[in-house]
Amino acid sequence: MSAPTTELTGRTADELARLLSAGEVAAADVTRAYLDRIAAEDGDLGAYLHVDPEAAQAQAAEVDSARAAGTGLGPLAGVPVALKDVVVTEGVPTTSGSRILEGWRPPYDATVAARLKAARTVLLGKTNMDEFAMGSSTENSAYRPTRNPWDPARIPGGSSGGSSAAVAGGLAPWAIGTDTGGSIRQPAALTGLVGHKPTYGSVSRYGLIAFSSSLDQAGPMARTVLDAAVLHEAIGGYDPCDSTSIDAPLPVLAESARRGATGDLSGVRIGVVRELGGEGHAEGYEPGVLARVAEAVALLEGLGAEVREVSCPAFDLALAAYYLIAPSEASSNLARFDGVRYGLRVGDDGERDLDEVMALTRERGFGPEVKRRIVLGTYALSSGYYEAYYGQAQKVRTLISHDFAEAFGSSAAGGPAGGGRDADGGTGGVDVLVSPTTPTVAFPLGARVDDPIAMYAADLCTLPASLAGVPAISVPCGLSDGLPVGLQIMAPALADDRCYRVAAALEAAQDDARGARFLDQLAARTGAEAR
Amino acid sequence: MTTTAGDRLVAYDELLTRYEPVIGLETHVELGTASKMFCGCATTFGAEPNTQTCPVCLGLPGSLPVANAAAIEATVRIGLALGCRIASWCRFARKNYFYPDIPKGFQTSQYDEPLCTAGHLDVEVDGETYRVEIERVHLEEDTGKNLHVGGATGRIHGADHSLVDYNRAGIPLVEIVTRPIPGTGAKAPEVARAYVTELRDILLALGVSEVRMEQGNLRSDVNTSLAPIGDLEWGTRTETKNVNSLRSVERAVRFEMRRQAAVLDAGRRVLQETRHFHEDTGTTSAGRSKEEATDYRYFPEPDLVPISPDPEWVEKLAAALPELPAARRARLRQEWGLSPTEMSWIANAGALGLVDETVAAGATPGDARKWWLGELARRANDAGVELAGLAISPRQVAELTRLVAEGTVNDQLARQALDGVLAGEGDPAQVVQARGLAVMGESDELVAAVEAAIAGAPDVVEKVRGGKVQALGALVGAVMKATRGKADAATVRRMLEQRVL
Ligand SMILES: [Zn+2]
Repeated sequence: MSAPTTELTGRTADELARLLSAGEVAAADVTRAYLDRIAAEDGDLGAYLHVDPEAAQAQAAEVDSARAAGTGLGPLAGVPVALKDVVVTEGVPTTSGSRILEGWRPPYDATVAARLKAARTVLLGKTNMDEFAMGSSTENSAYRPTRNPWDPARIPGGSSGGSSAAVAGGLAPWAIGTDTGGSIRQPAALTGLVGHKPTYGSVSRYGLIAFSSSLDQAGPMARTVLDAAVLHEAIGGYDPCDSTSIDAPLPVLAESARRGATGDLSGVRIGVVRELGGEGHAEGYEPGVLARVAEAVALLEGLGAEVREVSCPAFDLALAAYYLIAPSEASSNLARFDGVRYGLRVGDDGERDLDEVMALTRERGFGPEVKRRIVLGTYALSSGYYEAYYGQAQKVRTLISHDFAEAFGSSAAGGPAGGGRDADGGTGGVDVLVSPTTPTVAFPLGARVDDPIAMYAADLCTLPASLAGVPAISVPCGLSDGLPVGLQIMAPALADDRCYRVAAALEAAQDDARGARFLDQLAARTGAEAR
Repeated sequence: MTTTAGDRLVAYDELLTRYEPVIGLETHVELGTASKMFCGCATTFGAEPNTQTCPVCLGLPGSLPVANAAAIEATVRIGLALGCRIASWCRFARKNYFYPDIPKGFQTSQYDEPLCTAGHLDVEVDGETYRVEIERVHLEEDTGKNLHVGGATGRIHGADHSLVDYNRAGIPLVEIVTRPIPGTGAKAPEVARAYVTELRDILLALGVSEVRMEQGNLRSDVNTSLAPIGDLEWGTRTETKNVNSLRSVERAVRFEMRRQAAVLDAGRRVLQETRHFHEDTGTTSAGRSKEEATDYRYFPEPDLVPISPDPEWVEKLAAALPELPAARRARLRQEWGLSPTEMSWIANAGALGLVDETVAAGATPGDARKWWLGELARRANDAGVELAGLAISPRQVAELTRLVAEGTVNDQLARQALDGVLAGEGDPAQVVQARGLAVMGESDELVAAVEAAIAGAPDVVEKVRGGKVQALGALVGAVMKATRGKADAATVRRMLEQRVL
């Protein structure tokens, strides 16, 4: 009864879940199909840092025997998943892409990992990432670079580039990424995936190795909008272990995706952000990217949406504010890596004193980008500079929240009260804001490693939603020079459902026009090359 | 541990003729909550090292804090008891520095937004009241404990290696900071001690901490500065860290005053620095210099949501505060009819609660006070323990006073009964019974002893009958001697008078 391997790894996660639930395929076969692909492809692709085939097969076999025994199983039982290596997994190596955590096997599970375990998904492995999620190309991984399945000479985005490459390359049906300034959306855009950064506080951060606590959010990376919504529902919702977790039910996400896929957006008001690639703000944006985005917006208008341009002036300040806030918090979050309790310890020879051992450990254990940000953050928080840098950046953050609030026509800025309206309701603002997800398509490996400012510019469009804590999704909207382009859709806090609805409408319309799913273009291309 | 070379000291009385002190105290109190500040770990004292830990208090990557509501409530109650303003909105902050006993590389504390501000505490020394202004009361987490192995000092310098116990890491810690306290003059050491004593009693009354100073539940950093009398500016202060007994607080201030006076006399300047206090010698020695102090890079803790106490809840807590020590003292003083000075003796001896409970168990205030400040204080002093550490309960003391009042024992016998109680022989009545300590009534034995005394001293009898009544004392003494003190002297005298006169 087992289906051919290629067919299984070509399925969406939602399709796999249905086949598994119906008993039409065995979890062991699905898992083996993916493990085979990982074994064959990942040597070149570099998507994974850790894969334990025996453990994955054992989990799959358990699901199969539970199903055979008639045990009630959840809808995702037996569906494989990959986790970004920033997610702490009990007994499974977790490095956050850093040498300083090499060999560390955590004694506990992140809430996200625990929820996926409880849903009986099968953990394929831990995916590569920029060290401590600091980067936009995954080239800052201490272990290996990851390649873009669309063009192995190009980067897969970052910092969740291992997850994006794994899903786009058919080495996982879907994956968990984390997003601090765009680390889910940007790699999703550059590899032709759907990636969603949830409302801050709606997915637990417990067990995510912190980069910037006030910005970090875990979220889904998937081949379709529906898959992303389903995975989001599996990991989201209140967690008492995270103080910043919002004690409110998740909006209905998968259902919103299905509703959006029917293609009717009448009454939905869409704002195109001028400051993100619009008139007078197009410098640094590739024409091909802007063209695809414009076409997508036109398509949405054709589905009944009202489209208008919206100005958010404070967005121009997002990059500067982000590169003060994130490094400041990181400089503190990364202080615990001192070689005393776990992970790497360098120079403890009985001669050197404690300070020397700590310094040597951090010198050897951290890569250059991490050090750069620790130094930057330490400086920004120093007495005498705090107000000018960190304090000022927080003010900019408030201004950005105000711009969102004004655009959405809500009085409250950012917080939970800011959202909650149905996409059909509203008070004069727009329901969602759209922009390119990234200014450019995937750039070649090595192109920006020596130019941090150019690298930081990759996050230009994704930073405002991060700083305001509002949800944002990236959905593919075509190719430029044969490489994927993403459209970003931003919504008020707790209105993640709007992102899924609008994204699903766009996806369905494009799939119809194309007669195929977006990623099928990649499969067709690699298939042709193979021939 | 020796003091720094060149620590000359000026005699205390002499320095007071030239200098005026300003003191200040920062007191850390470990709260007695069942679980830690930011995780569910137990807080039991003395557990095996590193058995009361979890990913959160070990600061493992990915772990996150959740604030302990009971600790926040306790801090608000402390603030209310000290007359503080309770913030309507405040945040935790990260205090960043590297040390192995802080597992996260920062301590979660409060910085410019403390939970409680602007309170005060009145303390009394020798009948005079000193108002201590409280600048702030904030909540933070305790650090782990370092154990430096090898080396002579037990400090990290010179140690072979160090061990860290994280059981204490994350225990809720309240820091109570005074404003500088000027104007205490010669009484500065005693005011410092009285302040910590009063604070301890308040914490006990609130039930928020066990305040076992010997377990480090309460530790004070004592700031001391000296300036020439009449100077408008205060002197440079030193901060003597982790002084953990009431007596040491007093000694630390006194020592620093004497040391700083010598420094100033020599025309040198006092260094702004932290100093360590040495219990054995009563001296301080230089620690880290503040002038090369770490920049803690405080910023609001992004992993915790702000605290915004509901004003109605705060009002309820204020209304439900227990009777505080000062009010209690005033009430008891009235009830017991004591002078302020008499009352302060009781308070300073740490006997207030004991006397109160003894009175509640049936003793008169006078008897209770006499026993606790007299015989029992002596016993405690001899044994080197606090009054409360004696193996006798207020109820047993009350029973002892009753036995005396009823005439069952006299004072001397009562002291013997006390020996028995302290030796664990049971309640006073049991001891009196078992040891046969009861005063003799007009028993046959006593009649025999009286008659024997009369028969044995006809010359004395003659004198008495001749009008020298005071000679009867010799006969009383003889009877008391014969009965080994068990007879009641007044009874014996009456019996003798009946027979001789
Ligand atoms: Zn703990």
